Amino acid sequence: MTSPDQREAVFARIREALRHPAPKRHHGHVDYDMAKHSAVEVPAPAADAFRAWLPPVGPSIDEQIALFAQNAAQLKADFRPVASLDEAARQLVALAGENNWKQIAAHRYPLASDLAQKIGLPCLMTDYGYSTAFLEQCDAAITCCDALVAQTGSVLVTAASAGGRALSVLPPHHIVIAQRGQVVPDLASALQLVRDVYAPKWPSFLSFITGPSRTGDIERILVLGAHGPKKLTIFLLP
Amino acid sequence: MITFARNFKSAAARITRDLRHRGLIQRALHSYEVKRDEFKGRYQNWSEARQAASEIKWEAINHLDQYLQEFITKLEARGTHVHVAATAEQARDYILGVARENKVGTIIKSKSMTAEEIDLNEALEHAGCTVFESDLGEYIVQLRHEKPYHLVFPAMHLTRDEISDLFHKELGSEPTDSPEELTMIARRVMRQNYCRADMGISGANFAVAETGMISITENEGNARLTTALPKIHVALLGIEKIVPRLEDLALFLPMLATAGAGQPLTCYNSLFSGPRQPGEVDGPEQFHVVLLDNRRTELLADAEQRDALHCIRCGACLNVCPIFKNVGGHSYGTTYQGPIGSVITPHLRGLQNWKHLSAASSLCGACTETCPVGIDLHHHLLHNRRNAAREKPAWLEKILYGGLVFLLRRPGLYRIAGKLGVIFFPLHQLVNGTSLDPLHNWTRTREFPKPSRESFGDYWRKRKSTPEANRDQS
Amino acid sequence: MKVSLFIPCFIDQIYPHVGVSIVQVLERLGCDVDYPEGQTCCGQPAFNSGYWDEARAIAEHSLDVFAQSDVIVSASGSCGAMMKVFYPELFQNTTRHFDALKLAPKIYEFSDFLVNKLGARDVGARFDGTATFHDGCHGLRELGIESQPRELLKHVKGLTLIEMKEAKTCCGFGGAFAVKFPTISTAMDEVKCASLLETGADVVVSNDSSCLMQIAGMLQHQGTPKRCLHLAEILAQT
Repeated sequence: MTSPDQREAVFARIREALRHPAPKRHHGHVDYDMAKHSAVEVPAPAADAFRAWLPPVGPSIDEQIALFAQNAAQLKADFRPVASLDEAARQLVALAGENNWKQIAAHRYPLASDLAQKIGLPCLMTDYGYSTAFLEQCDAAITCCDALVAQTGSVLVTAASAGGRALSVLPPHHIVIAQRGQVVPDLASALQLVRDVYAPKWPSFLSFITGPSRTGDIERILVLGAHGPKKLTIFLLP
Repeated sequence: MITFARNFKSAAARITRDLRHRGLIQRALHSYEVKRDEFKGRYQNWSEARQAASEIKWEAINHLDQYLQEFITKLEARGTHVHVAATAEQARDYILGVARENKVGTIIKSKSMTAEEIDLNEALEHAGCTVFESDLGEYIVQLRHEKPYHLVFPAMHLTRDEISDLFHKELGSEPTDSPEELTMIARRVMRQNYCRADMGISGANFAVAETGMISITENEGNARLTTALPKIHVALLGIEKIVPRLEDLALFLPMLATAGAGQPLTCYNSLFSGPRQPGEVDGPEQFHVVLLDNRRTELLADAEQRDALHCIRCGACLNVCPIFKNVGGHSYGTTYQGPIGSVITPHLRGLQNWKHLSAASSLCGACTETCPVGIDLHHHLLHNRRNAAREKPAWLEKILYGGLVFLLRRPGLYRIAGKLGVIFFPLHQLVNGTSLDPLHNWTRTREFPKPSRESFGDYWRKRKSTPEANRDQS
Repeated sequence: MKVSLFIPCFIDQIYPHVGVSIVQVLERLGCDVDYPEGQTCCGQPAFNSGYWDEARAIAEHSLDVFAQSDVIVSASGSCGAMMKVFYPELFQNTTRHFDALKLAPKIYEFSDFLVNKLGARDVGARFDGTATFHDGCHGLRELGIESQPRELLKHVKGLTLIEMKEAKTCCGFGGAFAVKFPTISTAMDEVKCASLLETGADVVVSNDSSCLMQIAGMLQHQGTPKRCLHLAEILAQT
């Protein structure tokens, strides 16, 4: 590396800069009594407090599923509660026919691989390495997820639960197979779940997927289908 | 150089005359406002959320050494190369070094204003790499050899027809007036670039100290692809992007989306904690995080304006600024436009050369009102003005205000001055609107009112001496 | 109630009838109005340009003039904001800081005084016609004046209030800004005038005369003149 790391110099500058306390603002009013702030360390607000201010989420799973469904509709994500894996497979076969799928991709995780096997199409499994060119040719990708977030209509995936980083984003149609028990109320609970399940061995990648990809870059008009999948279908098993 | 100020004024003059351009921006921002208000309205308490966001950022920035150290330690523990760059040049050199060592030819980039700030693309291209901007807006301005117009929406100044013409000219695509089709054209072009790029470069919206993760917010999926396929991922971010805890994102991600884009949440909010881990299917073999100072520590040292480092780069202040709406993003001539740009550019690039940005504001306060992390933006414009005047007062203004001090502390003199104004005002009529008119800057486009023969003070003194005359004064 | 008037320099010299109207309305509501002699200027022009030493010298005079007042009503939102919000900052670390802090809570913008201090809504005014209201930025964002003028206007007999789309958008005056950056100031003025003309209202009303100067100046120059009145002038009419 040509350029040596400058952390010592930068940290020295930071420490020097922070010797002078900065004022705090409360709802726009500056408190000039800066001496007060350097002495008392007020802990920053926590996730429980956030819940009181962010959009409300009902306490029961049914309310949360309903909220998720509402959000999904607004996001143009295709949310389908189904009674069984077979029902999901039937609907997926229909989708495959409508959209003329030739090959799909999935990963060897329970439910995702089960579902993929029932479709009857050539299926690339990403688990032991894959050719990017091949994955690029797949019409759809089936993955699991870690959670469905009711408050935002998001699907939480990690490198573990979604067969890597590329599987859920490269093919143009992303299919998610989730279970009722995976529904969580909000982002804070989803992040807590990540912590509970993975810490300290965090996955190197996790993502909140909120609808099919989109862009607002042309005249600030929202267009569905940008670089990520154009379609997102979410099956919810009981 | 006063050139920057002159450039700003002439660029601003040009755009303010361009009614078509102003109309386009007004319409785009109006639809944003409608959406923003809709989703802001769903919060149970936006005001408290803002206050909390402000406090969390205060905590992060005012203990930056502690949190930054934690962030670096956690990242390095899991195999990430962390490089702290004091200057833009050092950041560029490091990234060029990584590219050179790994014989990188093609680079795919997702949106990074920090990369714009250090002119990274030029340096990489000069070194022989091909750089593709994958974000649609960035790709468009890259093809046009233009700078981004807005820090969140780089191409918002262009119509679909202009974009269609651009694609037709540069890519040979069929002209179309459909934004969907234009997006698909870019998608098809970019697919190949993702797959064959040797290195992906991204920015980051947040750096989570507690868990050693960077967070990237986007809608298109291009950042996900940039960080999924190439063998090397380099993330470049300013040192101020720190948030203390993972759970803080539960507040910041929605607020960033709502304030910045008028969405409840953007399409992809992804966190990265390291290179591909054992047992993972894909992902980069090398992960580099470059932390940039580039005079941020100078802003940090200015305790009065330190909260400008709370900025989460949402762009909300640009969206509501009447200056931005009427002069457009390119007029500023800086990486960061609008109110936040006007506050921080004098710190990052030099006060005397860039004080004009802090001067070019009516101080309406719409920016401060909308900022989701409660930065005192418009007051900092005043602070910059004060600092600039203290450092290098303009002799004309020193004389003018010195004269006003003399006058306005002496009510008798003030009254005489008022009377003189009434007497000499008719003389102004002779030069009104011409280039000899000292009030030319006003009278060119607005009528100037006539001073009243009887001032309020006169009326009051008359009233006090003859109480019955009160009612008839009007 | 004993009330001291703060009549800013440009109202004193150019729009004295605004001050007169304020006196009329306050006396109609039973106030004992006083005008502390010797008042000149709040010092905002020097302050906004960054010449704080000069601004302080001018502001000190105002601190002296109003030292004996208990309640001060300002004819202008921006000048009122200067004294109420900015004097404490301007006099920080000086011997007059305490005086500035003492002065701040005594200052009221005119409409705020009527509604929140006197509890008045209907002040016995009559004005036949339609009006649109322009919010002066300093009043709106520094002092929180938004509902007060509208409440008062709603109770004016014969008056219909029509809101313009850009009511809360800055008119472009901004003090010295209007002559330092005339092209931008003019562009902002154009947006404001187009919006108010769109309402078709008979008159334009505001609580800040400097804004009215900017608006009226352009309307006249454009050849689309309209009566531009300070809130007090409307409320003074019976």
